[in-house]
Amino acid sequence: MWLNILQGTIEQGLVFALLAMGVYLTFRIIDFPDLTVEGSFPLGASVTAVLIINGANPFLATFFAFIAGILAGMITGIINTKLKIAGLLAGILTMTSLYSINLRIMGRANIPLLREKTILTIIKDWGLPERYISLIAFVIIVLLVKFILDYFLYSEIGMALRATGDSPVMIESLGVNTDNIKILGLGLANGLTALSGALTCQYQGFADVGMGIGMIVIGLASVIIGEVVIRTSRIIYATLGVIVGSIIYRLAIAVALQLGFAPTDLKVVTAVLVILALGAPALRRFMIQDEFAERLLEGGASDAET
Amino acid sequence: MLKLNKVHKIFNLGRINENHALKDINLVVPKGDFVTIIGSNGAGKSTLLNLVAGTYSPESGTVEINGQDMTSRPVYKRAHLVGRVFQDPLKGTAAEMTIEENLSLAVKRGRPRGLRLGLNKKRREEFRRLLALLELGLENRLEDPVKLLSGGQRQALTLLMATLGDPEILLLDEYTANLDPKTAVQIVEITGRVVEQGELTVLMVTHDLKQALEMGNRTIMMDQGRIILDIKGEEREKTTVNSLLGKFSEKSGRELTNDRVLLQR
Ligand SMILES: Nc1ncnc2c1ncn2[C@@H]1O[C@H](COP(=O)(O)OP(=O)(O)OP(=O)(O)O)[C@@H](O)[C@H]1O
Ligand SMILES: [Mg+2]
Repeated sequence: MWLNILQGTIEQGLVFALLAMGVYLTFRIIDFPDLTVEGSFPLGASVTAVLIINGANPFLATFFAFIAGILAGMITGIINTKLKIAGLLAGILTMTSLYSINLRIMGRANIPLLREKTILTIIKDWGLPERYISLIAFVIIVLLVKFILDYFLYSEIGMALRATGDSPVMIESLGVNTDNIKILGLGLANGLTALSGALTCQYQGFADVGMGIGMIVIGLASVIIGEVVIRTSRIIYATLGVIVGSIIYRLAIAVALQLGFAPTDLKVVTAVLVILALGAPALRRFMIQDEFAERLLEGGASDAET
Repeated sequence: MLKLNKVHKIFNLGRINENHALKDINLVVPKGDFVTIIGSNGAGKSTLLNLVAGTYSPESGTVEINGQDMTSRPVYKRAHLVGRVFQDPLKGTAAEMTIEENLSLAVKRGRPRGLRLGLNKKRREEFRRLLALLELGLENRLEDPVKLLSGGQRQALTLLMATLGDPEILLLDEYTANLDPKTAVQIVEITGRVVEQGELTVLMVTHDLKQALEMGNRTIMMDQGRIILDIKGEEREKTTVNSLLGKFSEKSGRELTNDRVLLQR
């Protein structure tokens, strides 16, 4: 029983690690607060589900989901860089459009994949022990993606991508068109997110238009937990941290459920977690320096009055 | 060879805060010249450099580098010709990336970047050799993130990066202004060494009049968007800091006022 829960939790952590890698790419590497993720996650699921129920090869369906995610991210990038609309808003615009588009793709709000062929059923037919199929498949996929991502971030283009988030003025003065790099980065990040959505729908056995809600906060929570566990700016450890963070996040959620939180409460629990983690430096200052904290409070109160 | 022809730069054209920052600038800098630029606050020195780099384009006139018209090309499309060190030491390097990664970004200056690894053994050895020229011990710290370096070390690294990848022109805008005096001297020495290596054309803005006369082979003075003095050769050798100040008030009818210059007198 306990082992089953643990295994299921790790499997979920692995699937969502792909989403977390996407969030890591945007929020941390190119320094772009991208909300497209909330739409590209269900986009990946919709594309996969529709292709699978229409008889497409599940691997091909998953690949197309990845491509669809890339396109969605690139659109956000184009809205931001070419039309000069703020990044946050650009993401919201794409995300909102994707809600309608996902409904169009699916033709309805929910597609079950019962008894359909998926990546997991195919692997089962290869003769692997049924109990561990998902775990093995996800470990392989996530590690593969991690190594490809690591390689990419150490490549010439990948380094330009990292520099774009770190010091845009500098990398432009070295001949890189930062607009195009941002579009590339957003595409890649949302491709990973859609891939995560594609695997989630095959794992859970359904795709749903609403399955993207809260994904950005989940991704952020995973990235932050990963950074606490593995403190480094070296890419190979940082991407490992993201995977570990995603698994720890799922474990924390599993514990919260065991403690009696309703599943519907989890989003607020996650959000509070992220607020605490991101606000920690400010909170610490607040609590350590009493006198200063009091002045801050006074200042805050008088600000509120005026 | 750099050529500015009848260049005007007007900020906020047609608006109430319109600002004619550069007025009819004509400047020819032959390859290999090292020009120091001085002038009061707001004279247009940084704007001039920004026009060469491509940060801004002029309202009229042309900017030519090596005979090619660059007037409205964005920064990244002339990066293969122009290296740049910023006043802010934090701006010229990527803090989270390592010293060797930063250098590898610079060697691909203005050239297409692909999916090959940015670093390899050969490049690392080359970087170690180049860093040794700085004499700051950075050659033993290739894998340190740049954020661990001091302002002076970062500026020295930026200087090296600005000369990598074979640019024609090097732009230095008060690049030692944010450093303590001792480090500033060190960076200036390094500049001498790095620039001698190549056949770079250099434009250097400085607030230090003594330095302006000692470094390079030509000095121009700017005031209110115009070049009011351009000296080289014998005339420049005879010029002292005091006669430079005299020339400024003679040409502009005012005292040279620059918050940073005043400190130096
Ligand atoms: N982006 C901009 N928008 C509007 N006005 C600008 C801009 N950049 C510069 N200016 C104006 O152009 C004029 C020239 O500025 P510039 O920065 O070139 O002076 P400077 O000679 O470098 O002065 P300093 O010695 O203070 O650095 C100033 O009046 C400045 O306010
Ligand atoms: Mg200036």
